[in-house]
Amino acid sequence: MTRPRIGLWLGLAVLAVLAAMAAFPGLFTGVDPDAANVNALLRPPGGGHWLGTDQNGRDLYARIVYGARPSLLIGAGAVALALVGGTLVGVAAAQLGRVADQIISRLLDVVLSVPGLLLVFLVVAVLGPGSSTATIGLAVVSLPGFARVARAEVISLRGRAYVEAAYGFGWSRPQVVLRHVLPNALGPVLALATVSLGAMIVASSSLSFVGLGPRPPTAEWGAMLAGSREFLALAWWPAAFPGAAITLAVLAITTVGRHLQRTVDGSTV
Amino acid sequence: MAGLLTEASAPGTTARERTRRSRLLRLVLARAAGSVAVLWGAVTVAFLLIQLMPGSTVDVLLARSSVTPRVRAEITAQYHLDDPLFIQYLSYLGRIARGDFGDSYVLRQPVWDAVGAQLPDTLALIAATLLVTAAGSVVLAVLGANRRRWVQSLFAGVESLVVALPPFWLGLLLLTVFSFTLHWFPTVGASGLGGLVLPTLALAAAPTAVVAQVLREGLLRALDEPFVTTARARGIGELALRVRHVLRHALLPATTLMGWIAGSLIGGSVIIEIVFSRQGVGRLVLSAVQDKDMPVVIAVVLLAATVFVVVNIVVDVLQWLIDPRTRGTGRPA
Repeated sequence: MTRPRIGLWLGLAVLAVLAAMAAFPGLFTGVDPDAANVNALLRPPGGGHWLGTDQNGRDLYARIVYGARPSLLIGAGAVALALVGGTLVGVAAAQLGRVADQIISRLLDVVLSVPGLLLVFLVVAVLGPGSSTATIGLAVVSLPGFARVARAEVISLRGRAYVEAAYGFGWSRPQVVLRHVLPNALGPVLALATVSLGAMIVASSSLSFVGLGPRPPTAEWGAMLAGSREFLALAWWPAAFPGAAITLAVLAITTVGRHLQRTVDGSTV
Repeated sequence: MAGLLTEASAPGTTARERTRRSRLLRLVLARAAGSVAVLWGAVTVAFLLIQLMPGSTVDVLLARSSVTPRVRAEITAQYHLDDPLFIQYLSYLGRIARGDFGDSYVLRQPVWDAVGAQLPDTLALIAATLLVTAAGSVVLAVLGANRRRWVQSLFAGVESLVVALPPFWLGLLLLTVFSFTLHWFPTVGASGLGGLVLPTLALAAAPTAVVAQVLREGLLRALDEPFVTTARARGIGELALRVRHVLRHALLPATTLMGWIAGSLIGGSVIIEIVFSRQGVGRLVLSAVQDKDMPVVIAVVLLAATVFVVVNIVVDVLQWLIDPRTRGTGRPA
């Protein structure tokens, strides 16, 4: 029992540090992340630069600190959008009758029939590359998952005594859904959100890596890795550290998410 | 267990075999009909997206070069952009159904030729990845299905770590170590077998860990079943027990997962192809996205959706074959 607990606390600690970096990067470094220095190109870690410098002589540590915000925000924004949108769609499917349910479910099937990343490509092709379109694209991809979970939860709550009782008291359907059904259906949806946040952060960094996310010179972890690619033969550190930051963030989120999911699963049984 | 018994007691009676076959056929037909509906929906959505796209198709075709209104009108007529929307939709459906995705706006050649030229490299990468994933996860799961606590946490820990690795970062690390430092593998865009090793590893790592995890948990569950005791009492070796008896039970959730992975690899291979500067559909679709070359993007998306849908039907059939318990109804239990 002690082992998973240690993992949970470590995960939470990492998340706290990352959140602080995203909110107040100035607290972690006094160095300008975009300050190029032609006299310090590709300096190895150590000396004046903790993690070395990149191909433009910019401090890698400062760029990773300032990169936390754009790197985590796209994934988090996508999950937030998908969570709200998916829950609404799922509740609508469960509550608006069989025809609406059929139409919504088939539409979700269509979205799910396209492999995730390609669907994001399609959205980005239509709207043009950038942070906001990447967020929207990733939200579209993960919305069906949330909608399905929300729909299943609402349907499973339909026959519960307290829901029936609320109708018995003469409450209207929107009132019952808002006050009783939604709060109880939210647990599994939130657990899914935490677990998919990790995948979304990897996906958003992949998008920036191929140039469909925030534009350079934005310090974004995926974009930093893209810049490092051409100098791999000369320097490993610009490729190593931003990727390690992504991995650490995803690992922390997944650990916390799994714990949350187990708790939710345990309490609903 | 019950399923194994019915199988053993059915010595090829023709009538029974015929009902089995007709059931399987019905399953495939039902799935295929559903899939056609889903793909029709996908084509419709694709058509609507083109209509909703900011900037008209003519502008994309002209690539911002200024021309006389007469040339503009000619192009509009040539691409039937002045027809009523519904007529455009019907002719679009007709063309897609015939496998005609039109011409690339940018490459000025049929989309099918452009995609077809890039397809073999991508398919080779995906096939190699699926192979490595299947083989690797089975080996890891059989090795890791151990009751000992430290073995459990070791495997679980490594699996979580590998799943968290962004595949493109793993690719960069592999390149740094094995190409630039050790010089074992070519650095850029080689299309031989040697050039396939690192991209396959980068792409297969995460799915292998996920499948291994599911398989391992399934194995541990199956090891508690009574038939294991029976098999052990007959003096079967530990490895043979796992491979021959227990694995079959653990395989079911893993097959579903593999189907999903096969679909997601189509997207994942795009990124890996960029990391390793490989030829392939990935580079094609990426530049198409940047150039708003919609025919190419839509062709690749629909192709991927079709593959995804077909893979899912294959997975259903596989489940039907692996687990006799799913054969009663059309839907896997």
